[in-house]
Formats: sequence, structure tokens, C-alpha cells
Amino acid sequence: MSEHTVSAYDQELTEIAGKIAEMGGLAESIVSNAVSALITQDLVLAQSTIDRDQRLDDLLHEIEMRNVQVIARRQPMGQDLREIMAATRIANDLERVGDMAKNVAKRVIAIDSDLKSKKLAIGVEHMTELALNQLKAVLDAFTRKDAEAAVRIRGQDAEIDAIYTSLFRELLTYMMEDPRNITQCAHLLFCAKNIERIGDHATNIAENVFYMVKGDHLLDDRPRMDETGVEDKESV
Amino acid sequence: MSEVSGAIRTADEFEPNKATAMENTKISADKVQVYYGDTHAIKDVSINIRAQTVTAFIGPSGCGKSTFLRCLNRMNDTIDICRVEGRIAIDDEDIYDPKVDPVQLRAKVGMVFQKPNPFPKSIYDNVSYGPRIHGLVRRKSELDDIVASSLQKAGLWEEVKDRLDSPGTGLSGGQQQRLCIARAIAVSPEVILMDEPCSALDPIATAKVEELIDELRENYTIVIVTHSMQQAARVSQRTAFFHLGNLVEVGDTQDIFTNPRDKRTQDYITGRFG
Ligand SMILES: Nc1ncnc2c1ncn2[C@@H]1O[C@H](COP(=O)(O)OP(=O)(O)O)[C@@H](O)[C@H]1O
Ligand SMILES: [Mg+2]
Repeated sequence: MSEHTVSAYDQELTEIAGKIAEMGGLAESIVSNAVSALITQDLVLAQSTIDRDQRLDDLLHEIEMRNVQVIARRQPMGQDLREIMAATRIANDLERVGDMAKNVAKRVIAIDSDLKSKKLAIGVEHMTELALNQLKAVLDAFTRKDAEAAVRIRGQDAEIDAIYTSLFRELLTYMMEDPRNITQCAHLLFCAKNIERIGDHATNIAENVFYMVKGDHLLDDRPRMDETGVEDKESV
Repeated sequence: MSEVSGAIRTADEFEPNKATAMENTKISADKVQVYYGDTHAIKDVSINIRAQTVTAFIGPSGCGKSTFLRCLNRMNDTIDICRVEGRIAIDDEDIYDPKVDPVQLRAKVGMVFQKPNPFPKSIYDNVSYGPRIHGLVRRKSELDDIVASSLQKAGLWEEVKDRLDSPGTGLSGGQQQRLCIARAIAVSPEVILMDEPCSALDPIATAKVEELIDELRENYTIVIVTHSMQQAARVSQRTAFFHLGNLVEVGDTQDIFTNPRDKRTQDYITGRFG
């Protein structure tokens, strides 16, 4: 898109997009550290991850403040308006991603013992990898204003859901085998759920990128199925 | 790319079905051309303007908004070098038909200008002038009623009811503009055209006029030219974007300002025209 007649306006929008990118990078790193801490039972890393999450909250507030100022000063219209709206929502999703990672890190400290099953750890790692790929890809799509990529990314969330469902079943089996596993498995279950939710946030971001570029909402034709096996047509 | 077409809004929703659009149409312009000598100022413009709706004309200055607006009550007839072609109908009657009396037409299609232009007469005379020359009243008491009700509709009554004999030119700018609106209303028009009615007013006076426009919509068809996109977004339900004499895009105001279809509209509303 060509530039605004008022060049400071372009500058302001570019800075907001830059802050989103910063949030995205930070969120990715927090997620990956939280899961590393979980797999290796690294309590120090877990604690530092919890501390770093604060920066995401700060960035969210900064982006909100900048957006409000641009709205007040420039009265954005058309694609600019949608970009500002999308930036606000995306920043919120990224802040939530940080919260999910923080939850995982807190459980590392609560579990405080080696993981019983190598296989479980691999499952959680794999799911995290997929969620992080989704997050990276969707932030790229935001930067490039690529609606087609956003549609593709949204379609890929099903894979994360599927892994989550199989992890869920596996954890149930362990718990049934030996009640002494229940505490650790319950913690792991919540960790897996948190990572699965990161995938959902990436999906939200994809929908916002699509809206930002096209001005239309994607049809909500994704079937939603969670570990309960009950399809949810209403949830957002 | 095929998934992308799964977007919710379809072309049909964008232009609602023809039948209802026709029912609501107050003014319809078909292939209108306007020339000032050799200058082709309006190029092949067709548009349906809906009744009881505020339609805003926006676009860069010189794009022909005022020219097109003036076609709607034949104000361009007063400009010698101006030539209008095509068909413009109000309630399906061609307003350029030789049988139409332009003076009567202008009573039916009132106009409010950029600079408030009250006559150098009393407030009362400003409002009563139209009904008098159009022979709309027989008795003084009827005239009093029209003056009062017009000033009420224009939201000015409370401010001036005790000084109807003082000169209209003594009012503040915003009051003068509302006086001009009262003057337009006094001859019971069906359509009110406004050419940048707030550009000489401060924000409070502007807000009052905008409030008034919103109230008037119930009874009149309103077309407003404005250079303020925020104003168009605030007061209108339909927006038409003009560029270099062409009507580029017309649609529901909320769509034009959040998701315009044409690149030129997009560039203009987002402040990207150099
Ligand atoms: N009375 C006139 N005589 C000659 N040219 C005119 C006259 N009025 C307008 N024009 C020309 O017609 C074009 C459209 O003008 P106008 O309708 O005033 O645009 P807008 O209201 O969008 O600023 C411009 O190029 C302008 O110079
Ligand atoms: Mg003009």
C-alpha cells in the first residue's frame, strides 16, 4: 500500500506492527523455555520464564496505549482502522499465550520430580513444536498481510488438537494403571491443555489477520472437537 | 485462494436486492454528464438516492461533488456555461422536463450552503420569506405557525423565540446555519441538499447541526457534501465517493469506511492521496 500523506502516521502504524513483532518473538521464546523447563525439570528456567512473562503484559499495555493515541489523533479508516483493531486483538492473544506458558512453568515447580514417561515428554514437545510453528507462521502472515497464509494456518490447528486428544488418552491410561501417577499426570494434562490453547490463540490471530487484510470474517466452518469428543459448534 | 472466497459477505448483501432499493429511491440519476464549457466535470454518473436517508458525497476537492449536488435542484441552470445531460428524476419525474418550473423544484428540493447566508432581515422574515413568495399561506397566524415549527425543527426555537425581530445576521455562525436550515424547511421540501454545511462552524455548532441532520432524516431525504470523512461517517447511512468527476463507489457508510472495494476509495479515506 502506498504511503500516507502525513508520514508520521505511517511511522506510528509501523511502530505498532514492530511492537507486535516484539511481543510475538518474546511469546515464542517464553513458550519454548517453559516447555524445556518441563521436559528437563529445570526449576531455575521455569522461574525465569515466569518472570519474563511480565514483559508481555507491559508490551500489551504499551500497544493498547499507542492504538488509542492513533485513533484519537488520526481517526483511522478502512484498512488502517482494521489494522489497528487487529493489532489490539493480536496483542491480547499474545499476552494470553504468555499466560499459558507461565502456567506450564508454574507446574514445573509444582511437579518437582522427573517425568515418568519419555513418550509423554516427546508428545508434549511435539505438540509445542507445532504450536510454535503456528505462532511463527501467523506472525509472518501478519507482517506480510497475507490472508491466504492465515487461512492455511487456521486449517492446521486440527493437528494440534489431535495430538492433544491422544496425549489426554495416554495420560488417563497412566493414571488408571497406578494411582501414584495421578498427581504428575494431572499436572501434565493441564500443561498439555495450555499448549493446545496456544494453538487456539494462533488460530484467533489468523482470523484477525484475515479480517485485517480482507475486511471480511472467515466463515466459522471448522469443526471443534476436544478431548470430551463432543463437537462444539458454538464456541469461538 | 478458493478458501478465501468463503468470506461471509456476499455480493448480494453488498447491493441489496433491486426491488427494495427501487422502492426506497427518492432521486435517481442516470448517466449524468455535466460540462462547464469544455470541462467535463461529471462523467456518466448514475446513482439512486434513498428516501429518508442521509447520503454523503465525499471526495477530493474539485472532484465534482458540488456540481453533482447542484444538478439535483437545477442550481446549475443559473451558470451560463454549464450543460447537464442524462436523466435525473425525483419520485420518477424527470426534473429537467421543460414542464418543470425550477422555482417550484427548488422549493421541493431545498439547499443549505457552506457559508450561512441569512438575508439581512429579521429572523422571522428569513423563515417566512419562502412560504410567502410561494403563496403557501393566507393568514398571518398560519405564517407564525410555520415560522415557529420550522425554527423548532431546526432546533433553534428556544434560542431565538424572544427575539424573532432581531436581524438573522446577528446570530452566531452555528445559529445562522440552523436558521438557514429552518428557512429551507419552511417551504416543506422533500429533499434537503447541503453543501459543506459545517465547514465554517466550530465543533460544538457542528455537533448541533449534525444532531439536527439526524433528526431531519425521519421526514426528509438529505444529501450532504462534506470534506470531513468523520462527518460523513457520523451523519450518513449511505456514502458516495467521487473522484475526477466519476462516481467511484457508493454503499452503506459503514462498509465504505471500514472496507471500501475500490483502491481509490481506500486511498482517499485512509489519507493516502498525494
Ligand atoms: N462555475 C464554474 N465554472 C467553471 N468550472 C467550474 C465551476 N464550478 C466548478 N467548476 C469545475 O468543475 C469541477 C468540479 O468542481 P466542484 O463541483 O466545485 O468540485 P467539489 O465540490 O468536489 O470540490 C472543478 O474542476 C471545477 O473547477
Ligand atoms: Mg464543493
